[in-house]
Amino acid sequence: MKMVLSGNEAAAYASMIARAEVIPAYPITPQTKIVEKIADLIADGKFNTQFIKMESEHSAMAAAISASLVGARTFTATSSQGLLLMHEMLHWASGSRTPVVMVNINRAIAPPWNVWADQSDSIAQRDTGWIQFYCESCQEVMDTTIQLYKICEDNDVLLPAMLSEDAFYLSHTSEPVDMPDQDAVDTFLGKFDPPYKLDVENPHSFGSLSMPHQWYMEFRYKIALAMEEARKKIVEVDREYGKIFGRSYGGMLDLYRCDDADIVLVAAGSMSSTIRVVVDELRENGAKVGFARLRVFRPFPAEEFRSLAAKVGTICVLDRSFCFGYEGAFFTEIKAALYGIDNPPLVRGYVIGIGGRDVTRNSLINIINDSNNPEIKGPVDTWVDLKRC
Amino acid sequence: MKHTIPQEEYMERGHMACLGCGGAHAMRYLLKGLGEKTIIALPACCWAVIPGVYPYSCMDIPLQYVAFEVTGAAISGIEAALKAKGKKDGTTVVGWAGDGGTADIGIQALSGAVERGHDVKYVCYDNEAYMNTGIQRSSATPRGAWTTTTPVGSTKAWKQTPKKNIVEIMVAHEIPYTCTASVAYPEDIIRKAVKMKEIEGPCYMQILAPCPTGWKYPPEKTIEIARLATETCIFPIYEVTDGKYKINKRIRDDKKKNIIDYFRTQGRFRKLDETTIQQIQSSVDAEWELLKKKEKCFGEEI
Amino acid sequence: MSDEHEIKITCYDDLQPAPVTMGKSLVFKTGSWRTMKPKIDLEKCKKCGFCWKFCPDMSIYEVDEYPVIDYDYCKGCGICANECPFDAITMLEEDLE
Repeated sequence: MKMVLSGNEAAAYASMIARAEVIPAYPITPQTKIVEKIADLIADGKFNTQFIKMESEHSAMAAAISASLVGARTFTATSSQGLLLMHEMLHWASGSRTPVVMVNINRAIAPPWNVWADQSDSIAQRDTGWIQFYCESCQEVMDTTIQLYKICEDNDVLLPAMLSEDAFYLSHTSEPVDMPDQDAVDTFLGKFDPPYKLDVENPHSFGSLSMPHQWYMEFRYKIALAMEEARKKIVEVDREYGKIFGRSYGGMLDLYRCDDADIVLVAAGSMSSTIRVVVDELRENGAKVGFARLRVFRPFPAEEFRSLAAKVGTICVLDRSFCFGYEGAFFTEIKAALYGIDNPPLVRGYVIGIGGRDVTRNSLINIINDSNNPEIKGPVDTWVDLKRC
Repeated sequence: MKHTIPQEEYMERGHMACLGCGGAHAMRYLLKGLGEKTIIALPACCWAVIPGVYPYSCMDIPLQYVAFEVTGAAISGIEAALKAKGKKDGTTVVGWAGDGGTADIGIQALSGAVERGHDVKYVCYDNEAYMNTGIQRSSATPRGAWTTTTPVGSTKAWKQTPKKNIVEIMVAHEIPYTCTASVAYPEDIIRKAVKMKEIEGPCYMQILAPCPTGWKYPPEKTIEIARLATETCIFPIYEVTDGKYKINKRIRDDKKKNIIDYFRTQGRFRKLDETTIQQIQSSVDAEWELLKKKEKCFGEEI
Repeated sequence: MSDEHEIKITCYDDLQPAPVTMGKSLVFKTGSWRTMKPKIDLEKCKKCGFCWKFCPDMSIYEVDEYPVIDYDYCKGCGICANECPFDAITMLEEDLE
């Protein structure tokens, strides 16, 4: 069914079409429309779910984990400070192996207060054992949310996943979105049926003490293995989804006009659409420019980057976040992935769009021109569009 | 042998509780009342260790270990999921936390859970300090008590402020049922557990669970000291059903013991001076009189 | 009696995805913690059941209506002796028994 939906509304509808059974959530700008839309759908009798209006994000994630352990499909949504407050429970979700699916609206971290697009919130959750996706369009938010249940609930994966969409650029921008048919989604997803549940008929304890000489380390290793399984599953599910529903998104790394490119830009989130327009424009003028959209950050598409690197001369990495004391996270990780390959490309890092600052056509053209500058020898992290004082 | 409590056990031998642990008693009695169709969420507390190490457990019922501050949230999630799955009927969802996990770090999640009206039972086993981490004061530590973070020293730095009255905080949430209980009175715990199970909606129970290690007394005295706490009225046993107060262990004025009789049994109060003891006695007396007035004003008789 | 509860885990392949307990705490014979040992004088016992009721370790069971102590698990806290209204239980030093 075609509708005109914002990113937030697409997320709310996706939780409905995926038949999320328990939704514990707490409101935060700019995620609020998700919880409001879910409340509307329930009030209108269209969505039969347990919607718990929690008293904090931390509690929301805790409730989602417990609900998932009972065997219920769970959904929640948050942003920025809320995601940071959840941090402890994010680790708990992956340690419990509960496939909670969450939409995070990428918003800047205070102080100073700023509610606009910035990916620092989710980048800061890199090591929590969560699968991380970044979306470009409202349609992709809808489709990826559905895909995530299929990926996470697989018994070889059983990990939580967060889908990030940029504040306002995506959360509040309306686009035509096709919501897949309910029966088709039901068939695609099947029922959530984890191997162990909190169940009075078959009692078990979940998460008890394990000493250094016992099994703690092995349980962590199992999470590492599950992430490797997720890597395969992500590509597989995206392909299968494409066959059934007619839309897929390039698996882990979404390549655009990269085949004969000399320079490839790498970015995640809403700025991808602007980059595509710039790539098209430059291509018309004969420049060999391409774009690789980082769709999945965890597990990290290292192999995909190595294949790409074998074909290109320069990779310009655009980070909408910054790890203080070093450089942008995408920049660091891409360089690490390329360590030791033959004839590595020049990799340059650009910090851009922090706190919701517009990423414009001109900024991107400047970056591409800058990367062509023969005087620049090695990798440097450049902050783009800083004001001159 | 006479059995004044049910014979069924829902926890096994071989648990890791210290000798004479009041917390072990409290769980044993609670489960006898609630029965096997019970799911428990428990945060960091002594009971995070007592069931034993992976892959073994002393519990015969499903149990989720949760983070310190989320007991209320976890039971909300469990209850909602059981409803979503059509499995809620006949299953009791219980949050089981220590006094620190209840009155300090977990109070937000607890308040949220009961305000939302989930059909959950929250039980605090109250040993009046952070015992699992090594006897640090909590807001539920009584005035005058030594702990490792209120060491007495030359400045008499025992805990200066009164015990946080979490029971009245729960009553203020206007939930269907709130009660206190003590391991000295197993039959009373079991009766209250059965009552909670039958009530649909949030209930709160606070069980006094003396701790030999933290209170500094020999382990055989656990039940005796718990009994003294009620006989001196420092820990009265009462219940509040739909706002109506009822004292379950009525202490006649001529039978009421002095607080000094209770303090003398425990090393944690050993250095208290006469003035402070008198001040505490006065406040215990005033609280007890207030409770009796509440029973009279908001009791079942009216 | 506890051997049947022993769980064999030899490598991570045997582990469940999440830490889910599979066995009973009966494998832990907490009787080894004991320094004082309760002894019941059946002559004095009036079968009131207090020792059974107040045992925090479920280590008193019933045989022919009389209480019997399960020394595999009894930690020797002494609550049974303290609560016995008839002084039928005495605590003895473990190695003097």
